[in-house]
Amino acid sequence: MNPSMPLVPERASSFAGEVDALFFFIVAVTVFFTVAVSIAAVYFAVKYRRRSDADRPAEIHGSLLLELTWTLIPLGIVVVMFVWGAKVFFHMNRPPDDAMTVSVVGKRWMWKLQHPTGQREINELHVPLGRAVKLVITSEDTIHSFFVPAFRIKKDAVPGRYNVAWFRATKTGTFHLFCAEYCGTEHSKMIGRVVVLEPEAYQTWLAGGPPPESPVVAGEKLFTELNCVTCHRPDSAGRGPLLEGIFGRPVKLASGDTVVADEAYVRESIVNPAARVVAGYQPVMPTYLGQVSEEQLISLVAYIQSLQVPTEATR
Amino acid sequence: MSAEATYPKDHFLSGGWDLKSWLLTKDHKRIGILYLLSISAMFVLGGLYAGLIRWNLLVPDGTHMSADTYNKTFTAHGVIMVFFFLIPSIPAVLGNFLIPLMIGAKDLAFPKLNLLSWYLYMLGGGITLYALLVGGLETGWTFYTPYSTVFAQSNVEIAAVGIFVAGFSSILTGLNFIVTIHKMRAPGMTWFRMPLFVWAHYATAIIQVLGTPVIAITILLVALERIFHFGFFDPARGGDPILFQHLFWFYSHPAVYIMILPSMGVISELITCFSRKRVFGYSFIAMSSLAIAAIGFLVWAHHMFVSGMAVYSAMVFSALTYLVAIPSAIKTFNWVATLYKGSISWDTPMIYVFCFLGLFLIGGLTGLFLGNLGTDVHLTDTYFVVAHFHYIMVGGAIMGYLGAIHFWWPKITGRKYSEAWGRLSAVLIFVGFNLTFFPQFVLGYLGMPRRYHVYPDEFQVLNVLSTAGATVLGFGYLFPSFYLVYSLFRGEPAGANPWGAKGLEWTTTSPPPTENFHEVPVVTEEPYDYARAPKEAAVV
Repeated sequence: MNPSMPLVPERASSFAGEVDALFFFIVAVTVFFTVAVSIAAVYFAVKYRRRSDADRPAEIHGSLLLELTWTLIPLGIVVVMFVWGAKVFFHMNRPPDDAMTVSVVGKRWMWKLQHPTGQREINELHVPLGRAVKLVITSEDTIHSFFVPAFRIKKDAVPGRYNVAWFRATKTGTFHLFCAEYCGTEHSKMIGRVVVLEPEAYQTWLAGGPPPESPVVAGEKLFTELNCVTCHRPDSAGRGPLLEGIFGRPVKLASGDTVVADEAYVRESIVNPAARVVAGYQPVMPTYLGQVSEEQLISLVAYIQSLQVPTEATR
Repeated sequence: MSAEATYPKDHFLSGGWDLKSWLLTKDHKRIGILYLLSISAMFVLGGLYAGLIRWNLLVPDGTHMSADTYNKTFTAHGVIMVFFFLIPSIPAVLGNFLIPLMIGAKDLAFPKLNLLSWYLYMLGGGITLYALLVGGLETGWTFYTPYSTVFAQSNVEIAAVGIFVAGFSSILTGLNFIVTIHKMRAPGMTWFRMPLFVWAHYATAIIQVLGTPVIAITILLVALERIFHFGFFDPARGGDPILFQHLFWFYSHPAVYIMILPSMGVISELITCFSRKRVFGYSFIAMSSLAIAAIGFLVWAHHMFVSGMAVYSAMVFSALTYLVAIPSAIKTFNWVATLYKGSISWDTPMIYVFCFLGLFLIGGLTGLFLGNLGTDVHLTDTYFVVAHFHYIMVGGAIMGYLGAIHFWWPKITGRKYSEAWGRLSAVLIFVGFNLTFFPQFVLGYLGMPRRYHVYPDEFQVLNVLSTAGATVLGFGYLFPSFYLVYSLFRGEPAGANPWGAKGLEWTTTSPPPTENFHEVPVVTEEPYDYARAPKEAAVV
């Protein structure tokens, strides 16, 4: 048995302080009301205990003023809580633009992670101190949830979806990584660790091991192997839309709607092309569902993200 | 209160004890007792599973049972306790027994439908128990897809059918209550003279009727997807697993109010009786029940804040969740205000009221952490959630249930139980409960995920505390079954109104006659008019 029993989890990300400040604000409010109501109840129960069976206390029907007081004051307090919480949540869901992207694939029962430079890890994630890390999270089978208590972040890994979370580590060390969504037999063993390194140590760590293939390079190879180029041709003579420079831009759809070509849209266009067809094109593309793994999909998305509009000079 | 209470010769059980008198009965009181026996059996079984969970978690390395056994154990605990104990508990036992008595009716509006409800409960329970005991089920009581539809290798279809069937029991009970409350009230029993217990059941019945069909259909879709490989929820077939969560919580969040609203109704009755004083803010308590039923349908997605939902939808659900906290706060303040200048006696049911208040305060207020977008991200799917909902569903709902059993036991059986044992058990349950579940708040905040068969060593101390508490709690729950059963044989006759309570059910004999009242009662008083001493019941 571990004799040391901390009562507050480690704080190792920029969110930890934000979340804990809010947490302890709510603790203060709840303790105040619990104590106040309990003391009132016990005080009344003792002070007005029945002394004789003939006791007939006076009738008190109620008081509109009191009802309003104990409706409006709690309402005011919860409004403050709500706004504060929404602010923190908003922050958690808006990764900064300069964040490095790590892809996360949950699979029964392991976490597969890949760095932007291509290094792959299983159940272990090395990240540099102080740098914003954006996680693009999905699952190969059932729903999992990526949970790092010391960072106060958690996000479900949902098959068929890309969910995004981010953090900025503020402390070097090793921290628990848990799967927080029940996923079967070995759910409680789908755990790992996040290792926060000084930026230089992170670079050294990246340099170790065999030279990796970056997701962009892997994606480019796949793009050729899967014959994507026959339709998505760079000379715009193909049956599919040009992919250069589309990433992050709004795309006009055949339905008349507009969608921003983000990771989720690109992924969907590969596995379910007919769902949201680009305006001016026919839904002729076959689905690649089941033919490419989640990790290959991530590489393809990274490749498409890397495609820039050719400038006059390079043409 | 008469000095020498006697046991009536003619009551609803004097007609006979043979099997036919039970299995073909249309008497709401006998059906209430059938439910009491059935749900008590389910509670014991669910409790044994809880014991196994705590036994496993005594050690961090999961050596006490295999991972699959553990997963089946917590699934069985959840399924039994939620669908077969908590949801039917107060409505099916006490609501059934008391609502006609409280509004001065002879029976519920549809006595045969009431018996059918019990048979559906037994059938659904039987099918589900078969699924749980023979082969088992390891999806968790939440049946999340695509785990339940694609990956689970267990009796999902059978359990789904069992829960589907039991759902109709709940719907029919709700329907029966709504019609009864609308159409069967005695002369003079206006809406605002109804006991708050009846108001709470009216709100509960609305949820049962509107919400239960959604879970019934959803669970059926899960079974159909497994059998016919439809792509409702499986993303590999074009389905959406998150859609399941929306449908599931659309019922299962209001289901929490099915458990807690009747308990709140009980507390309102008890606190006014043992303060011997009109309840403070009657109409605010009554209307807050309806407000909870209405707003409770609009908060379901707060179970899904980390599933990847849009930030602005999450904000709407968080705001509505905070709104639903307000009616509960109103009730709590009104209960405490009822004590003010009352004449408070510390009988066993009142001890349960104080225990309820303490646990419900903690349970309700910790909901503020989970409705909050900023803190929920860290706390959801950890032991913090486990602790929170046990404080509401066990602390709140079961304390109310036990308080109600102790309050109306003399009415139901005509016998008094031992006050000393009653008070001791209540205190034991309160202490055991807090020792079991308070450490789990800390565990969750530290980051221990729920449904973990093994866990890191640093969480062991708190888990050992929790298991120790569960042991105390287990004994606390055992005691009442002994002294209550003992009272059936050796208890003093209770008399019609042992607590000096108001309400029509106390104006008839204990146990009541089959037709409840020898003459149709006429209501001329406001509810809880404790300024006037209660009328004596005619003892037959």
